[in-house]
Amino acid sequence: MISLLRTMWLTFLHMFRKRETIQYPEEKVVLHPRWRGRIVLTRDPDMGERCVGCYLCAAACPVDCISLQATEDENGRRYPEFFRINFSRCIFCGYCEEACPTYAIQLIPDFEMGEYDRQNLVYEKEDLLINSEGKYPGYNYYKVAGLAAGVKGKGEGENEEPPVDVRSLLP
Amino acid sequence: MALIYVDKKPYEVKPGKNLLETCLTLGFNLPYFCWHPAMGSVGACRQCAVKVFKDENDANGRLVMSCMEGIRDNMYVSVDDPVARDFRSQNVEWLMTNHPHDCAVCDEGGSCHLQDMTVMTGHAYRRFRFPKRTYRNQYLGPFINHEMNRCIQCYRCVRFYKDYAGGKDLDVFAAHDHVYFGREKDGILENEFSGNLAEICPTGVFTDKTLKEHYTRKWDMTMAPSICQHCSLGCNIIAGERYGELRQVTSRFNSEVNGYFICDRGRFGYEFVNDITRVRQPVIRGKIADTGDKENLFNILAAVLLGGKIIGIGSPRASLEANFALRQLVGKQHFYQGIPENEAHLTHTVLEVLNCGRVHTPSLKETEQADVVLILGEDPTNSAPRLALALRQAVRQKPLENAANINIPAWHDAALRELIQEEKGELFIAYPIETKLDEVASETFHVAPDDIARFGFAIADYLNNTAPVPNGMNNQTLEIAKHVADILEKAERPLIVSGTTLFNEDIVKAAYNIALALEMEHKKAGLCFVLPECNSAGLGMMQAPSLTRAMENEDADTAIILENDLYRRGAKADIDHFLSGFKNIIVLDHLHNETTGKATILIPAATFAEGEGTLVNNEGRAQRFFQVFMPKNQNIRESWRWLDEFRQFRNGIMPEDLHELDNLTEELIAVLPQFRGVETVAPPADFRINGQRIPREPHRFSGRTSMLANVAVSEPKPPEDTDSPFSFTMEGYRGMPPAPLIPFYWSPGWNSVQSINKYQIEVGGPLHGGDPGVRLFREGLVSKAGFQDNIPTAFKPHTGETVIISLPHIFGSDELSVYSPSVASRSARPYIMVGNVDAERLRVGEGDILHVQIGDQGYDLPVIRKEALPEGLAAMPYNLPSMLGTVWPAKGILTKTMS
Repeated sequence: MISLLRTMWLTFLHMFRKRETIQYPEEKVVLHPRWRGRIVLTRDPDMGERCVGCYLCAAACPVDCISLQATEDENGRRYPEFFRINFSRCIFCGYCEEACPTYAIQLIPDFEMGEYDRQNLVYEKEDLLINSEGKYPGYNYYKVAGLAAGVKGKGEGENEEPPVDVRSLLP
Repeated sequence: MALIYVDKKPYEVKPGKNLLETCLTLGFNLPYFCWHPAMGSVGACRQCAVKVFKDENDANGRLVMSCMEGIRDNMYVSVDDPVARDFRSQNVEWLMTNHPHDCAVCDEGGSCHLQDMTVMTGHAYRRFRFPKRTYRNQYLGPFINHEMNRCIQCYRCVRFYKDYAGGKDLDVFAAHDHVYFGREKDGILENEFSGNLAEICPTGVFTDKTLKEHYTRKWDMTMAPSICQHCSLGCNIIAGERYGELRQVTSRFNSEVNGYFICDRGRFGYEFVNDITRVRQPVIRGKIADTGDKENLFNILAAVLLGGKIIGIGSPRASLEANFALRQLVGKQHFYQGIPENEAHLTHTVLEVLNCGRVHTPSLKETEQADVVLILGEDPTNSAPRLALALRQAVRQKPLENAANINIPAWHDAALRELIQEEKGELFIAYPIETKLDEVASETFHVAPDDIARFGFAIADYLNNTAPVPNGMNNQTLEIAKHVADILEKAERPLIVSGTTLFNEDIVKAAYNIALALEMEHKKAGLCFVLPECNSAGLGMMQAPSLTRAMENEDADTAIILENDLYRRGAKADIDHFLSGFKNIIVLDHLHNETTGKATILIPAATFAEGEGTLVNNEGRAQRFFQVFMPKNQNIRESWRWLDEFRQFRNGIMPEDLHELDNLTEELIAVLPQFRGVETVAPPADFRINGQRIPREPHRFSGRTSMLANVAVSEPKPPEDTDSPFSFTMEGYRGMPPAPLIPFYWSPGWNSVQSINKYQIEVGGPLHGGDPGVRLFREGLVSKAGFQDNIPTAFKPHTGETVIISLPHIFGSDELSVYSPSVASRSARPYIMVGNVDAERLRVGEGDILHVQIGDQGYDLPVIRKEALPEGLAAMPYNLPSMLGTVWPAKGILTKTMS
């Protein structure tokens, strides 16, 4: 009997608490920067595509919803020829972001992707690529990689010696 | 057997091996870089350290490099010792100090030995904070990409390229921590085996440039075991597909055939599968047939297939199944080999010789172990490149025999090379011009094909008196012949290499005489013939008449031409005339060519990657290749499937009732018993392990739910394979499949090709369950055939007409591989080669244009002067795409064009 009254009293008290329910979509949800929502492809500080088509995101994806094809420009810089995410399969686990060695693929705080037609949930590169560096400003993979792909010459990257002179015998 | 203790557990192991290979055979994961099972140890990378103890009471032990330590009885070893483990981990850390942060853009990633070994030793974070060493790269030609920053200085590349494959233009430069592996300056890697650098290099310094054009990680490919289609040796390969395109060919280990290596033609010649000139739709009288409806197609075919006389023309590049299905469709008496009479006759002679049971046909592995080699009229570097690589190993056998006497083990590569220096075993070459193998030959003999045969007959006569003697030979030649005979007689494992390159039957017979004479002296002589195409032996064994016979016999209404461009087989006018005699010409092929242009009905056929079949190689080994992927286009099907449906249809089965065939090989051996054994080449289609199929895709295969999402978001059902135990998915049995069914090499912790170790009974030895392939030639006496005695007369230059021989080229002479842009760029250019005397007579110099008239066909070709070429002889490249239709050997008139 007492427990019954106690629960009714507690329920009554909740009427004076702050409301958790919000009037979505008029009122937007507060999403934190690390919230794992829609996936985007970001760009380098020089606005080149960050994705180098290494296929690690695709391999990490537990539902195999990422597919891409790597290709190269005339400087040897790799970029995806196509990059497709099937969001109707995506579980927003963020493994792709963890796997990405170039910070290209990022999950952003946006979940408003509802569609009437499932086919519209297939996003191509044009739908994924944004004009921003996303969460990791300033990072350019090619500056720290050994490859010369138009971003820097051989030996001009961070923490690199100038190229070896093969014909020198000096110690 | 020796008893060794590894981490206190006793193991019975084979003596004479080094500790590293023994540990790997026992299943220990011991990291290594510089050691390679085919190339032995040099102890350069310091990665395979283990501890060896004096005896069981020794607690301290000493660190040794296991690749440089032989097996001794009662040896106490520790792989897991903390000191050894730390040493290995620190060694990788040192190797990694300069390794770039490149894995994401490195083609080796995912199949990288350095990645595997780094993970295996536990090195995870780079503590070294100083700048990294960098290098400039070189342009190395269309096959190989160079990224020198990634090098860990294991020296495998130069050891393979220079020491193993005999290359001259890749070397190590500079000094101390700046060593550089590359060419003296930018340029094309000249060696025919440069593609193996991509597999030999434990990291991404040398990678496959053609793969880079459509890059796919190893884990993303759909792969199947396959057989190379570009020469008669039948090297085993793995072919990988992604997004409906063939992406890569790598070598598949077969200890009896190609071992670890394949040639560049095999590795880079795969792109014809992706060519835009593929036949994709059935074309009926110039109209693309709507074949979503099979009934429609068969209604059109009804008039053709059901009425009139049909002849079938087979092909040496089509599978055994396809040729047999055609033979069954048209009937035995109407089936012809699609090759000219002389080639058919030559193949027939070769097969007869090999099948007679009096001589031994060696596998490629056995040719590698020969101690004396005689090459009669063959240029293996260009006609069967992997054989040339084997012969380069054979010339080392004789000097290596001394090694055992001074206690140098067979795996100790550094010491052995030091010991034998430039010493070579005996290799004799008789060929009209210099070949690339001349540099390792002890004696060469440049004469006309007929004289090569006479030379061979003379050798046979010296070996055995009952062999026929060629008359009127000059003393100088006789002396060389006697010298060769003497050395062959003393040899333990003599080998005679000959073939069809010069289209001279007498050379084949002479080679047989020599082998037979040696056999009579109770020598285990090997006799190895190079044949023109990948299934020449299989087609020859069907014993059908040649194309020339078909051309003489012209009363048929319909011809069915199977995967064969007849314009490569005879003069254009003859073929035109032949084809004009038919009301209907049904052509099944995968690429458009001149013959498909003449077809009234063109049927798209599957390439080796889209279908399965069996090929018989030059030593009579039947080997199965499996379908790699299901083509997106449903019209592309194996020729044998089409032909079998035609047969069912002819037998009155309605198109809607056509059934899948399952017993073609059974029928084959019932009808043609010479093929008995073919059914055991690979497990049957209903073979399962624990009820499961064998997956073509690695377990990390990605993009399953998105590859086709742009077409339809609901994933289609994966295609089902009715012909083999493979599945087109990543689901299935994950353990080790039987040897003929290994779609790719992978083992936990071993993602690179080095995981082959896990598939072998002992490292470097045969695969578990025996190497795939079944020899169809019987050993043991079948016929009592004695010496062949039709000795040709000595070659004399004719006035007026010149005898023109064909010279094969590794890049260019093969029909299919030239469709690869990379191979095409290395292809030989048309030329006419003349000797000095003839050049003087014709007053032409290098590069001048000569008009060559062969029958009705005329060519204007630039001259190459070759001192070695005998007088009265000229040479032209064999079947380049721009100069087809010559029946070899040809006779032609050379005239200087006025310009």
